[in-house]
Amino acid sequence: MNIDGVHTGVVLDHIQAGKSMRIYELLGLGKLKCCVAIIQNADSEKYGKKDIIKVDGDIDLDFDILGYIDSNITVNIVREGKLEKKVHLDLPESLSNVIKCKNPRCITSIEQEIPHKFKLVNKEKKVYRCIYCDAEFTE
Amino acid sequence: MNKIRNLINITDFTVEEINHLIEIADDIIANPEKYQDICAHKKLATLFFEPSTRTRLSFTAAMMELGGNVLGFDDASTSSTKKGESVSDTVIMAGCYADIIAMRHPKEGAPVIASTKTTVPIINAGDGGHFHPTQTLTDLLTISRKKGGLGNCTIGLCGDLKFGRTVHSLIEAMLRYENVKFALISPAELRIPDYVKETMDRAGAKWVEYEKLEDAIPELDILYMTRVQKERFFNEEDYIRLKDSFILNLDLLEPAKKDLIILHPLPRVNEISVEVDDDSRACYFYQALCGKYIRMALILYLLGIK
Repeated sequence: MNIDGVHTGVVLDHIQAGKSMRIYELLGLGKLKCCVAIIQNADSEKYGKKDIIKVDGDIDLDFDILGYIDSNITVNIVREGKLEKKVHLDLPESLSNVIKCKNPRCITSIEQEIPHKFKLVNKEKKVYRCIYCDAEFTE
Repeated sequence: MNKIRNLINITDFTVEEINHLIEIADDIIANPEKYQDICAHKKLATLFFEPSTRTRLSFTAAMMELGGNVLGFDDASTSSTKKGESVSDTVIMAGCYADIIAMRHPKEGAPVIASTKTTVPIINAGDGGHFHPTQTLTDLLTISRKKGGLGNCTIGLCGDLKFGRTVHSLIEAMLRYENVKFALISPAELRIPDYVKETMDRAGAKWVEYEKLEDAIPELDILYMTRVQKERFFNEEDYIRLKDSFILNLDLLEPAKKDLIILHPLPRVNEISVEVDDDSRACYFYQALCGKYIRMALILYLLGIK
């Protein structure tokens, strides 16, 4: 399968297989006017299978979303056909409107239009807690 | 301009600030006349989105004894909330009329939202099963006055440790004092949440879980009883099964220390037998009185009045 290289944009590589569509949704890639390619289940020496997303156009990436979904993703920023920068991700210390609190007793369950915010409390176990009610987020 | 201080969680205040509040409360108790007009022309808004007797009355009494005024509501059905008004809008409106706000809300985290919406100080007067920091200040003042200080004690927390917000806040507060051990006494279904255990572990505190009060009582310096709260259960069957798990009576108190103090945030239902009220170790009504004094101190502190 042939997909053109990116002239100016980003290549999200080493996405855990199966997670590319979630990233597509959360980053709002469907709203872009430029060329976007999603490659699923590509062969990977490192992980066996991986997903890749290519965006051929300027985009403000939310590294917090990417880091939360999969901190192993490599972000390749391409300018004029050349690799300008490689960014390795980490779990973000805080999240805003990436995940939603599921605690039915939380104020976010009734208050209109307030951001769902979480803080990282345990990096090893990837535990986030709601900043309002302290409930632990579970997928 | 000084930064507006709020009290959302007990840990918003440093140990030094808490000790300072206790000093103010002690001074109010010793010299009430000094404080009787100190909040003249100041207004406290009490926004109680769920029913409360003790907390609301103690806030009202506290402001009145400082010479200030109180406005607000104590039932969400009589406020614009019934019409669908958000917490944010209600708080912005109240901030236009009052100098300080005490709010209780059944949803956890509501005061966090409130604190971002107004420039007047917000006091969390209880948010669901989450935090109740003014009860904790009350508990700390009571312990300080009855035990001569905080720290170097074993405190037994008994009853609903899962939904009991007073318990969670008190643990967080007591963790910051030296050599405090916790005996956590509850039925298996109402055990303390993991995040509270993690907090105790991070602080290096010693804690032990018990399912029987009689196993823990001989070693305790402080026994903090709590009610199994019907309003925290989605399922009535679970409530009925668990509500009579612990009932403190004089027989159970037999092996307890002579200088034990028995606390309860009140209201009690049946978890402390009435016969215990006359025991010199029963301090729960004195604790309610301390609630007024520490809230007076808190109002003064947050308003920056010296």
